[in-house]
Amino acid sequence: MPRHESYPPEPGQPVTRNREANHELSIRIRDLSLWYGETQALDKLNIDIYQKNVTALIGPSGCGKSTFLRCLNRMNDLIPSVRIEGLVEMDGRDVNAAKMDEVALRRRVGMVFQKPNPFPKSIFENVAYAPRMHDLVSRKAEQDELVEHALREAGLWNEVKDKLQQPGTSLSGGQQQRLCIARAIAVQPDVILMDEPTSALDPISTATIEDLMDKLKQQFTIITVTHNMQQAARVADYTAFFHLGEIIEYNDTKTMFANPATKKAEDYITGRYG
Amino acid sequence: MSHSFDDISAQLKKRHRQSSRLKWISMGALGLAGLFLVLFFADMLSKGLPAFQQAQIQVQIDYNEDAQRMGRAALDPEVSRLVSRTFERLIPVRMRDNPELLGTTETRWVLADSEVDQYLKGHRHTLSESQQATVDALVEQDRAELKFNTTFFASGDSKMPEAAGILAAALGTVMTMLVTLSIAFPVGVMTALYLEEFAPDNRLTQLIEININNLAAIPSILFGLLGLAIFINFFGVPRSSPLVGGMTLALMTLPVIIIATRTALRSVPDSIRHAAFGVGCSRWQVVRDHVLPLAMPGIMTGSIIGLAQAMGETAPLIIVGMVAFIPDIGVSFTNAATVLPAQVFTWAGEPDQAFVEKTAGGILVLLAILIFLNATAVMLRRKFERRW
Amino acid sequence: MQTNQLLTLFGGAMLLLGLVAFFLGRAKAARVRATGTAMYAQPDQYAWFAVVTTAGPALMVSAIGAFLMLLLGAEIPTLYLLSASLVVAAAGLMVGMSQVRPDFHARQAIERVIRWVLVGAALISIFTTFGILFSIVFEALRFFQMHSFWDFITGTVWNPGASFLAAAGRGDEAGSAALFGSVPLFAGTFMITAIAMLVAIPVGLLSAIYMAEFAPSRVRTLAKPTLEVLAGIPTVVYGFFAAITVAPIIVNVAGFFGLDASFNNAVAPGMVMGIMIIPFISSLSDDVINSVPDSMRQGSLALGMTKGETIRDVVIPAALPGIISASLLAVSRALGETMIVVMAAGMRPNLTANPLEDMTTVTVRIVAALTGDLEFESAETLSAFALGLVLFAITLSLNLVSVIMIRRFREKYRVNNL
Repeated sequence: MPRHESYPPEPGQPVTRNREANHELSIRIRDLSLWYGETQALDKLNIDIYQKNVTALIGPSGCGKSTFLRCLNRMNDLIPSVRIEGLVEMDGRDVNAAKMDEVALRRRVGMVFQKPNPFPKSIFENVAYAPRMHDLVSRKAEQDELVEHALREAGLWNEVKDKLQQPGTSLSGGQQQRLCIARAIAVQPDVILMDEPTSALDPISTATIEDLMDKLKQQFTIITVTHNMQQAARVADYTAFFHLGEIIEYNDTKTMFANPATKKAEDYITGRYG
Repeated sequence: MSHSFDDISAQLKKRHRQSSRLKWISMGALGLAGLFLVLFFADMLSKGLPAFQQAQIQVQIDYNEDAQRMGRAALDPEVSRLVSRTFERLIPVRMRDNPELLGTTETRWVLADSEVDQYLKGHRHTLSESQQATVDALVEQDRAELKFNTTFFASGDSKMPEAAGILAAALGTVMTMLVTLSIAFPVGVMTALYLEEFAPDNRLTQLIEININNLAAIPSILFGLLGLAIFINFFGVPRSSPLVGGMTLALMTLPVIIIATRTALRSVPDSIRHAAFGVGCSRWQVVRDHVLPLAMPGIMTGSIIGLAQAMGETAPLIIVGMVAFIPDIGVSFTNAATVLPAQVFTWAGEPDQAFVEKTAGGILVLLAILIFLNATAVMLRRKFERRW
Repeated sequence: MQTNQLLTLFGGAMLLLGLVAFFLGRAKAARVRATGTAMYAQPDQYAWFAVVTTAGPALMVSAIGAFLMLLLGAEIPTLYLLSASLVVAAAGLMVGMSQVRPDFHARQAIERVIRWVLVGAALISIFTTFGILFSIVFEALRFFQMHSFWDFITGTVWNPGASFLAAAGRGDEAGSAALFGSVPLFAGTFMITAIAMLVAIPVGLLSAIYMAEFAPSRVRTLAKPTLEVLAGIPTVVYGFFAAITVAPIIVNVAGFFGLDASFNNAVAPGMVMGIMIIPFISSLSDDVINSVPDSMRQGSLALGMTKGETIRDVVIPAALPGIISASLLAVSRALGETMIVVMAAGMRPNLTANPLEDMTTVTVRIVAALTGDLEFESAETLSAFALGLVLFAITLSLNLVSVIMIRRFREKYRVNNL
């Protein structure tokens, strides 16, 4: 039950404002519901995602975090039985509108997956492929420059600069995941979705990726799903707590972990269930 | 650095077109493959269905003196050329066996010559103008017509198309398949049992596995060379017999049955084995009483498919001599015989136009049997399919 | 007495002894158990053990005898051999009965025997491969004693016409010496295989792409078995189709363009063979494409790639080892295909690059060499084995490369259903 005076604030807004965070609107979600066949997975979600922040989505497994994330770049389209209602608005457009080209949307909303999934190509090609297809680079020199830039941004350049022609799969798990991040930022998206990006990695690689997220939020809006609450506390500006397909609490991360507004979020954060 | 949706969509137009082009082209490829199939069956049906009908003529048979020596004398000279020579040859034989026939007459339907048959079906023929007129007149009087072709299903091969049938070849196929199955089924199942349930994972086992996969891909004609060199020349198995053909095909079918049986055995979950071991069964008892019965539908399906494959095989049988000319109906494992596909091959080589439809007719019978077998296999799989 | 009657008699006697062994063994075991003695095995198991000791050694003796007769030409009268076997069987029966003791592990003994029988069955497939290899190599060596291997491999004229005269000891009467240069045969084989692949690979691969990536699941479940019907049609039927239906069409079409085509042209058998091979490629490629992990597709789509680009640049490259493997198997299949070319391709060895001319293949010549009324010892008959040897070597290497590639693919993506 809401214990906080100001809860709920305006629909979609965080309970407490993070004063250090940017508050330009990136994605506005209103009354978003989703069904897999007969089963409802998301129930009337409202949330405003702000630009150039890290927003973490936490909650017990099966609560709809990943499903929600996949609504933002319409990856759920790949599942035939899915039905979506409500508004996901970006740049003044309804993402789910019939006129919206999901391929164009995905160019602006990139994604990094739970398990690293480099293409069966060389490291260089993994990064260069998408920008080339999108006509972001025309000359070879531009392409080289972009690949180097993306790999530097992803903190991978020094490790791979001498073996760019080796297959992407030859890298270690953590390196592969950073390669996937480099691949995603090379197409210069606005938003990067991360679906538990560190859950398949060792602690050292995880720390590297967390640092990377902190750096990347200068340029990109990052939305990350995580099971690891310490991770959310370390990297996120805002955190949303999901439970059974609903957003129970959306709050400034520090406030959320120190003084959650709802009982459910508190129980989850203190480890009473999860 | 950010691009608006409109900019991106504009650039995407061409790429979307390419993408949908791939979709349509690939759909077209599948459609093309389907079209081949349809055209093929349509062609075979249009060529082969006429073979199930055969022209017959109603003639008056006059058992006179001359007919004792030359059958043709018993018939009206105008129609005698239109009647199958197989029937004319039979008249003196009948008269010798039944002397009381002499001096009597009889009216009956007899097989027409294949040229009459082809003429009535509107195919290419060699009848002269006057013969055509005679046939037309007979048709007018309802004394010549196309009837169901029992000869085709009830007799052996013949050099005369109207008298040629598939029964000898069908029996040959049955005998050959009996030999094939009685070797390939037990050996195949035992091999699979050994590999799946008993074999240690050592070099020999790996060698056997690689070898089986390789056997499955060896050209069938090489199995014919094996049959010729080993079974016929070395072991002295009679050439052209269902025995040698069946043995050769058995070796070819073996990998199919082994692979199917292994898949079936593998799909029996280990929990069944563990449960049986748990109540004190020995390994063989587990296999015999628990694993094998559960795997049986899969094994049967695989064996039927293997059998259907063997039944359509021709090349190795040609090498071991099973393309013999077999006019008589006989059932033996060691005498010369032919099989359905080999009969099709023989007929396809006959220059006579009328044999084209016999060939296609034989093909239809063969295809019907194969479709029946495969449908049985599919039904069996559907009925007993179990998900663990 | 006839050998057949002897064999029947022997079989009957063996069956009888086996039954006797079974029932005596069971009765004795039951008696022992009735006295209250604990036994290691069930009466039935003792009974089966008695049967095994009776029949096993006896059959072994007769099999060894038969082999001695066949291999060494030893003259052992069948009657003696079979009687000896029966004596061994009787002795085996005694041994089996004496083993019906409480402290004897009859079940373990039977299971050891069963195991060895299974091993024996598994070895048959090995024997088959060696049988093929030895039968071909042995006869091929005899051929290469008559004609040099080098001429066989590099010669461009195949003219075995006069070889039967040489075999009949009248070699000097032949106008010209027989020539066995296999190049034109292999050229024809590769030409027809190439035509088949030009049909099968694009159609098969694109069909697989449609089924795996675009088709609704209902279409897929229907299309796959339907395509496989193409692979189930007997090759002799395809041969007839190629010769009677397709070849005249090719001749007419070629005539329309002012080209002169033979009725035994290479295009008709090649095309029909390609149709036959479509499902080999489509089915395996479909499986391979399906086992490319979905995360690959999602990774590409999430970068803003279209579906077509994802398939072309990510899925197909990932599936490539499997697709190549399927194509190699298909090539191997086409090289060894016999009936279609026997019925629709020519008999004349013809070294040409024009697919509208008639040309012959390796398999056609093998069949031609072995179906005539030739003496087995003649060079032409033996040449079939030399051709078979080369065919065996080529298809074997293609198969092995294919198996290795598919194994690599499987290990890379950890899929088990290929």
